[in-house]
Amino acid sequence: MSEKQLRPVLETSHLGIDFGGLTAVDEFNIKIAPQEIKGLIGPNGAGKTTIFNLLTKVYQPSRGNIMLDGKDTRNMSPVQVNHAGIARTFQNIRLFDKLTVEENVKIGLHEHISYGMFSGIFRLPRYWKEEKRAHEKALELLDIFGMADQADVRADSLPYGAQRRLEIVRALATEPKLLLLDEPAAGMNPSETAELMNNIRKIRDEFQIAVMLIEHDMNLVMGICENIVVVNFGKIIAEGTPRQIQTDENVIEAYLGSGKES
Amino acid sequence: MLANLINGISLGSVYAIIALGYTMVYGIAKMLNFAHGDVIMVGGYIAFYSITLMGWPPALAVLAAIVVCTALGIVIERLAYKPLRSATSLAVLITAIGVSYFLQNAALLLWTSNTKVFPNIFEKLPGLRLGAMQIAPVTIITVLANIVIMVTLTLFTTKTKMGKAMRAVSEDKGAATLMGINVNRTISLTFAIGSGLAAIAGVLLCTAYPTLQPTTGSMPGIKAFTAAVFGGIGSIPGAMLGGILLGVIEIFGKAYVSTQLSDAIVFAVLIIVLLVKPTGLLGRKVNEKV
Amino acid sequence: MDKLKNLKKSTKVSFLNYGIVLVFFIVVTALANTGHLTNSFKGQLIPIVSYIIMALALNLVVGISGELSLGHAGFMSVGAFSGVVVSMTTANSIAEGGVRLVLAIVIGALLAGIVGVIIGIPVLRLNGDYLAIVTLAFGEIIKNVMNCLYVGVDGAGLHMSFKDAASMGMAADGKMLINGPMGATGITKLSTFTGGIILLLIVLVVIQNLVNSRTGRAIMAIRDNRIAAEASGVPVTKHKLIAFVTSAAMAGAAGALYALNYSTIAPKKFDFNTSILILVFVVLGGIGNLTGSIIAAALLTILPEMLRKFADYRMLIYAIVLIVVMLATNNEKIRAFLRDLGKKDKDTGAKEETANE
Repeated sequence: MSEKQLRPVLETSHLGIDFGGLTAVDEFNIKIAPQEIKGLIGPNGAGKTTIFNLLTKVYQPSRGNIMLDGKDTRNMSPVQVNHAGIARTFQNIRLFDKLTVEENVKIGLHEHISYGMFSGIFRLPRYWKEEKRAHEKALELLDIFGMADQADVRADSLPYGAQRRLEIVRALATEPKLLLLDEPAAGMNPSETAELMNNIRKIRDEFQIAVMLIEHDMNLVMGICENIVVVNFGKIIAEGTPRQIQTDENVIEAYLGSGKES
Repeated sequence: MLANLINGISLGSVYAIIALGYTMVYGIAKMLNFAHGDVIMVGGYIAFYSITLMGWPPALAVLAAIVVCTALGIVIERLAYKPLRSATSLAVLITAIGVSYFLQNAALLLWTSNTKVFPNIFEKLPGLRLGAMQIAPVTIITVLANIVIMVTLTLFTTKTKMGKAMRAVSEDKGAATLMGINVNRTISLTFAIGSGLAAIAGVLLCTAYPTLQPTTGSMPGIKAFTAAVFGGIGSIPGAMLGGILLGVIEIFGKAYVSTQLSDAIVFAVLIIVLLVKPTGLLGRKVNEKV
Repeated sequence: MDKLKNLKKSTKVSFLNYGIVLVFFIVVTALANTGHLTNSFKGQLIPIVSYIIMALALNLVVGISGELSLGHAGFMSVGAFSGVVVSMTTANSIAEGGVRLVLAIVIGALLAGIVGVIIGIPVLRLNGDYLAIVTLAFGEIIKNVMNCLYVGVDGAGLHMSFKDAASMGMAADGKMLINGPMGATGITKLSTFTGGIILLLIVLVVIQNLVNSRTGRAIMAIRDNRIAAEASGVPVTKHKLIAFVTSAAMAGAAGALYALNYSTIAPKKFDFNTSILILVFVVLGGIGNLTGSIIAAALLTILPEMLRKFADYRMLIYAIVLIVVMLATNNEKIRAFLRDLGKKDKDTGAKEETANE
């Protein structure tokens, strides 16, 4: 038990990727402990989303290793990485627009619904049993964000904030060990953001999972992250607790530097 | 053997000219202009009637074909494709298929399905003797036209302002807009150039294979798209390379394997290329943005 | 009645579709029994059913899976000719025509499904326009191959050749089954309207139950957003393949039903134009809308028979239909305009259903 708690959920070493000769991410080394909430911040274009894409194998790394719960993900596809325990949301929301809210969550549950194509076509007892279970599970998950009453609404007709929340529920449904959130608070007002913070903590505690989030809202990042990694130009420039990060000279430099440009 | 090779290069040069139209439009508007092949057919008919009905000299007939096809290309783009700029590729492709069918069936009503025999417009030009072999003037002109068009287009896209704008739009529409490039006009221009080239290809194709029907353009059109993919979609030298290789493969397939299966062989090439090297011989890989 | 209200929308649509097919069957049978059907219309019944099945099968790929197949006539062709061979070779051993029809349809579906797997595995790794053009290429290849396929049967069994009839080495008393570009001749008509309707209902059950299951949900999720589907742990190629192969098998079944309605059938019948015709049914009926496919396929098969005067304009009109429907459903301005129009209708009390996506 104690050994399991010591082993990081995710550990990367010398992770990097090049695009056409340009190095986008380099020497990215982090460890995420079980049930840790980690922040990944940095100026625009620093490579944060690229790091998420590397961890979930949307991009194959040019070099380095990703160990997920002790397993090497070297030869894994995005699907296998998800099965191994990483789920994510997207900066530019990617829902299944023409499916309902409930169906979106059921896609997250896909691997955990156990009946085959033929049970489905011939409506065998197994189909009814498993669909009922999936229905209940989906509503239960939606209820975390108080969205159960919108289960039959088409995903693309949800307001923006609700779409972001649905992405989190769908990711949770895959039963991950590590949840990657790409700008979960983007486009939310302060009260929605505050509610989101509570919910992220609640999710971590209830599901006992680790969370890593990219976010520009510093109140949110400093408020809920136990540890923060700061990247700039694809490299880690600082790492530590919110308090340490706030006073780190490299970080101030990076943010002020980018501030001048914009 | 040599005769087949020359025939192949000649046919391939026609494919190459058609393929240029596909490759430019695909590179810039990111769409498969399924109706491109049928513009060739229209070019063929315009040239045919200019010569036989109006009694115009061949040069003027070719010019008329170019003018009509260029205008047709711009009109098609305006009416059918421009309203779908933000639609899914599925919707755009189905529309393009609709346009292709529209052109074919409009031609059928206008000009009937009777096969027209295209006049040999290069009759008076001398051929070339190569040992015991006679190379037809149309072959020489086709190959020359292909080279001239290739060089001109390459110079146009690298040296002129309009050409550079086209390249910018194909790289990144959003950034091009920010740079002050009129994306819609650039796309229109691309369609105009592609369709004008289709007219030339139509005349060359009909002179080399002198039968003209409303369906004349569809098969060469699809094969030329194959050539564009083969060479690497978006690449001008790729279109030329792919076109010539495909022409040679087709003629050799006809000569040494089976006449009936020659189309099947050409399509098999497309399938193999897409599976082994989807970016084609000279194409570049583009990463999807996430 | 309350129970009916509580049914899910998808379930209601499913039952509506079964209902439409059954009503069509009952009305046609009643008209036929009372002698109200013209012979030309009777002759159209099995083609209508076959085309409805084709439209449903193609809609599974285009509407549910979101990929454009331009070669579905090829699968129809495989099903048609394998069905013909099965029905003719079993003519002596199986007396009952109905059994031979079922056997022909099953084998036709199976072979078309196998060809679907062979084509699908490489093709489905591609996406968008490339996938469409490669299915077109495969459709042409199938047509080319069928054009030089010779099959005959004699005392020693089946003979096959891709060159000519003579090189099959068939005994002199052998029977020609498929004769290259001439196709199959001397087919015994086995297809019946009732048989066609039963097949259609089976196809509907399979598609609708598939769509409303875990597998179908995954197929639609991949259609809506491939990257998000992968990130949610849904394997992409497997599900695209399921949709494609199921569709191919259904097209094969439709092909067998279609071919066994005629005494001769040539490979030319299943060319690119046929693939486009079926696409027109799907587009006009509404991409992803099964009810629409049924109605569009039936109407567009019946109407040209009734409007022979306009036969010359038929394909031109189909072309315009493709363009106009696509512009109307995909252009934001036109869609907004249609929505406003729909609202006004509702305000004035008209009970029109909202436009389908």
